[in-house]
Amino acid sequence: MLLLNASGCLDALVAPHVARAHDAFVTKTITPLPRGGNAPVRIAETEHGMLNAIGLANPGRDLFLQTLPRLQEVVQIPIWVSVGGFSAEEYAETCHLLDGRDEVASIELNLSCPNVDEAPESAAEIVAACRAATELPLYAKLSPATWDVAETARAVEAAGADGLSLVNTIRGLSLDERTLRPTLERGSGGYSGPALKPIALAAVYACARATALPIVGMGGVYSGLDALELVAAGASAVALGTVLFADPDAPTRIRAELGAELSARGFDSAHEARGVAQRADVHANVR
Amino acid sequence: MKRALLKVVSNEQVGPYSLIRVECGALDPGCPGQFFMLEAPGRVLPRPMSVCLAPPGELGFLIDPIGPGTRALCALEPGEAIHVLGPLGHGFRLDVERPLLVGGGIGMAPLPFVSDLLGSPPTVLGFRSEWHAEAAALMPHAEVVIEPTYVTEAMPSGHDVLACGPEPMLEAVQALAPDAQLAWEAPMACGYGACYGCAVEIGGELKRLCVEGPVLAAA
Repeated sequence: MLLLNASGCLDALVAPHVARAHDAFVTKTITPLPRGGNAPVRIAETEHGMLNAIGLANPGRDLFLQTLPRLQEVVQIPIWVSVGGFSAEEYAETCHLLDGRDEVASIELNLSCPNVDEAPESAAEIVAACRAATELPLYAKLSPATWDVAETARAVEAAGADGLSLVNTIRGLSLDERTLRPTLERGSGGYSGPALKPIALAAVYACARATALPIVGMGGVYSGLDALELVAAGASAVALGTVLFADPDAPTRIRAELGAELSARGFDSAHEARGVAQRADVHANVR
Repeated sequence: MKRALLKVVSNEQVGPYSLIRVECGALDPGCPGQFFMLEAPGRVLPRPMSVCLAPPGELGFLIDPIGPGTRALCALEPGEAIHVLGPLGHGFRLDVERPLLVGGGIGMAPLPFVSDLLGSPPTVLGFRSEWHAEAAALMPHAEVVIEPTYVTEAMPSGHDVLACGPEPMLEAVQALAPDAQLAWEAPMACGYGACYGCAVEIGGELKRLCVEGPVLAAA
């Protein structure tokens, strides 16, 4: 099973050995123009997770494309490029520029950043525009903050997506205990960490029933058992996010724990365990 | 950078602060001004702390219990163990001719380590109260001022300043000593460049303090 990092949770050029502990490296979201990101304070810990309002800080696609060969040299594993934008056309332009770049294994469309103001076009419209712009595999990263994420999943599948990344952070707010003002300068931010896991599980579970697409499950994975739960709900790959901040050795640890959790239930591979939460014919009791 | 589970050796109250000593295990203490991410028991994220003391085999951290993470750290008891990651970031350059150490409040944390390596150079420490100033016992040769007197009123001129303290203090020090090396602070989730949370404005751009700093030469 592929183990990835969640976009925006790792800089491979600063911590290459952490990146290489994954099966593929997902970049921070790249936008057409450079972005410094939001004014600090940008992060806040909460009781069961953290909020971030980084605001898609990135060097812009021109500089990113220049550094891509060096990134490949450093990470030595497949690179997934997370693409962002403020219109379907912007997304598609970046996809077109990535098309044919042999450093790129896959594209993840960030359709759900909670930290920017511009209202995006619908996920399916963006996917359709990108589909026309590249032959690279397209993963649509969806927000769980919608009435029916499965409906969005069906729509992006119909628009030509090759896979789903579930889930992005969900909007949250924390207040400073002394001043009772928002801790983050921007006000709200994207909520991640352990509290996100049930939300991610629900989204993966719903989308795995609704589409045949491969799913990268993410949200609150801290242990091998967390990863296995996402697989059982229907994920075919798992990504690590907030846990990397607390523990850069997490990929190796979680991979080992996942192996042990699978064997304890008599599975030979994660593939065998995929979707068992949806199946009445498989009984996965711990031996 | 390396991450290891380190045993707490002692937890000593120093004024309002706690001096936590851990066995340093396989970790290198790094240079003064560099920092480590300390697992805060029961919290989601670790906390960045500069090394206060680095006697053989140990790392000492001076911690002000100002929030849930630092309170959890200050409640550690000898024999407990926490994960520690580091050393991280860029510390102070020590190849200076006439060092002067300037610290404000909990910002004095990295200075005892600097002082040990530089042979106890002149030092000025400022605190908000007599109680807070008890921490100056870690640097017995330091000149101590207490509010309403500020460190900038006690700083001799003509030195290479290495300073750490609250932002207004660092700005005031910088105004007096434009070439000062200043250790800054920002909330950090990871400490190793992954989260982009600790952005500060450096040269008109937002940059990650954990990668560029935390010690920055004054511009």
